[in-house]
Amino acid sequence: MGLLEGFAITARQHRFFGGERVTNEYSGGRTRDQHDQKEAKPDRVHGRHVLNRYEDGMEKCIGCELCAGVCPAKCIYVRGKDNDPENPTSPGERFGFVYEINYLRCIHCDLCVEACPTEAITESKLFEFSFTNRKDAIYTKAELVVGDDGKPQQMPWEDWREGDDKNTSAWMRATAPAGAAEYEGQVGWSGELGYGVRAPEPAQPERDAAPKSVRAVGR
Amino acid sequence: MFALDPLLTGDVTWGDFGVVAVKVGVSFVVLLVATMFMVWFERKVIAGMQNRIGPNKAGPFGLLQTLADGTKLFFKEDLLPERADKFVFRLAPYLSFVPAFLAFCIIPVGGDFSNGNAGRVKLFGHSTLLQVADPPVGMLLGLALSSIAVYGIMLAGWSSGSKYPLLGSVRASAQMVSYEAALGLSVATIFLLAGTMSTNGIVSGQGSLRNWNIVATGVVPFVIFLLAATAELNRPPFDLVEAEQELVGGFNTEYSSIRFALFFLAEFMNTMTMSAIIVTLFLGGPQPISIGSWTADVHLGPFTGTFWFLAKVLVFLYIYIWFRATLPRLRYDQLMDLGWKILIPIALAWFMALAGLKVAQNAGWSGGAQALGMVVGAAIIFACFGLLRMATKVSARVRAEEGAMF
Repeated sequence: MGLLEGFAITARQHRFFGGERVTNEYSGGRTRDQHDQKEAKPDRVHGRHVLNRYEDGMEKCIGCELCAGVCPAKCIYVRGKDNDPENPTSPGERFGFVYEINYLRCIHCDLCVEACPTEAITESKLFEFSFTNRKDAIYTKAELVVGDDGKPQQMPWEDWREGDDKNTSAWMRATAPAGAAEYEGQVGWSGELGYGVRAPEPAQPERDAAPKSVRAVGR
Repeated sequence: MFALDPLLTGDVTWGDFGVVAVKVGVSFVVLLVATMFMVWFERKVIAGMQNRIGPNKAGPFGLLQTLADGTKLFFKEDLLPERADKFVFRLAPYLSFVPAFLAFCIIPVGGDFSNGNAGRVKLFGHSTLLQVADPPVGMLLGLALSSIAVYGIMLAGWSSGSKYPLLGSVRASAQMVSYEAALGLSVATIFLLAGTMSTNGIVSGQGSLRNWNIVATGVVPFVIFLLAATAELNRPPFDLVEAEQELVGGFNTEYSSIRFALFFLAEFMNTMTMSAIIVTLFLGGPQPISIGSWTADVHLGPFTGTFWFLAKVLVFLYIYIWFRATLPRLRYDQLMDLGWKILIPIALAWFMALAGLKVAQNAGWSGGAQALGMVVGAAIIFACFGLLRMATKVSARVRAEEGAMF
């Protein structure tokens, strides 16, 4: 009988019946001494955004507002402005004059990263940043843009850990241009301040392909 | 004539008054703390059933999670919608919270029911019952209080001045009113057998496993009560009142801060009260499990009954959580069909059959005559049920021809 079978299935998921936990505690373990032992995050975790710069220090953002347009949570506010010909901020015609992300609304879907034509906006692996007022929740361009060493700036309320600021553009480098297999392993992106042109990723480890084992329910 | 608390017969001294005050205080605090742990228990068990971990950061095993949530809710901004009916909006949470407390007062949470002791234990040298009150109307009061809880939900949705809460509260009132009928009918079978409505009297009559009402009434009223109680509590799979996908949060969409917390607490408190009522009515409350002359003995002094009571309540709390983890939500018309076309007719038929059997036994019918009576009764009931099915089919066809929505 289907109804009772359902009850058996839910009951069997308990730990003492061999049910498995599939949750990763990225924010630390249960007991006090485990609180600080964070689990290693996958390369393409969607965390706090960064605004990248070219190797010569110019900003990548051209103020096109595609990210703001694609954002499903409407959390990005961008205004573009013509570059000063004498002292340009970005190599193109225009640059992002205002760039704000409201982290009370952001759902970290990464659509802005996909939409960006110049790879200006990417995401770091930082997800633990509990601000205590609404003003802190709105990150302005001054906070988002990477520092002179090419690393994301660290706000006092952010809990940065080893490796969180590495490979902030990992998402880009996993995607073959136009999705065609023959482009795999070829560089299709511009250089970054502090890192130069990042090498393409090797083949995906098996870990990424297969999710952790979930107990299959026999019928 | 009335099975009054022995404490309050004869002269009432200050000592008696003190014992009553202690009972009220203890039941208040215990119920609140138990609610706290119930929320934790539910989250933990349901997480286990969904291959998750559940709350595990606040306190050992996440036990203090509810406390943390409650503190957060307390300090959140308390919004009063512009278009709300201010007075009713403020009143509604208490209308659902207070009955949840009061209904627990009539539950015998312990006591010594062996050797015709009728639940009396010695506390501080006073002989008393381990329940706050034992009114002669007993379960009727419980049913009345659970009806008042409908007002809390109904008025909350109505006074919010917003459409989703209103839809939620319309659903709530229709659902709770229709399931109350099935609930009442299945409780009536117990009144019939026990001959009393006092909870103490009902428990006293369930000395051995054979006398437990779940067996004595035949399992059907118990099943009906369990289903109707789930609907009455607005718990899954009958939680149409707060169907998130359709109604945002249902009746409590506009509530925030501590007023929302009151609804939340009331819901979990009602779950516990309902489990306690089921245990009291059908499973002998604080009576130990005894089959024939064998009794499962646990010796904990005056609190032996409490141990059994808690053990049985825990089983039902677990069952409610299990329901929630397993069953998908019913559609609204399915809910109404189940209530009106299945549960109420079956409850009514079962009640009539038991009443007939009781009359036959009192009139001294022989076993064969009783069986014949039951067969005739069953035939009549099946005929009536068939007629009902035909009537609903015809009316459904007529509605389809007239082009109604369903």
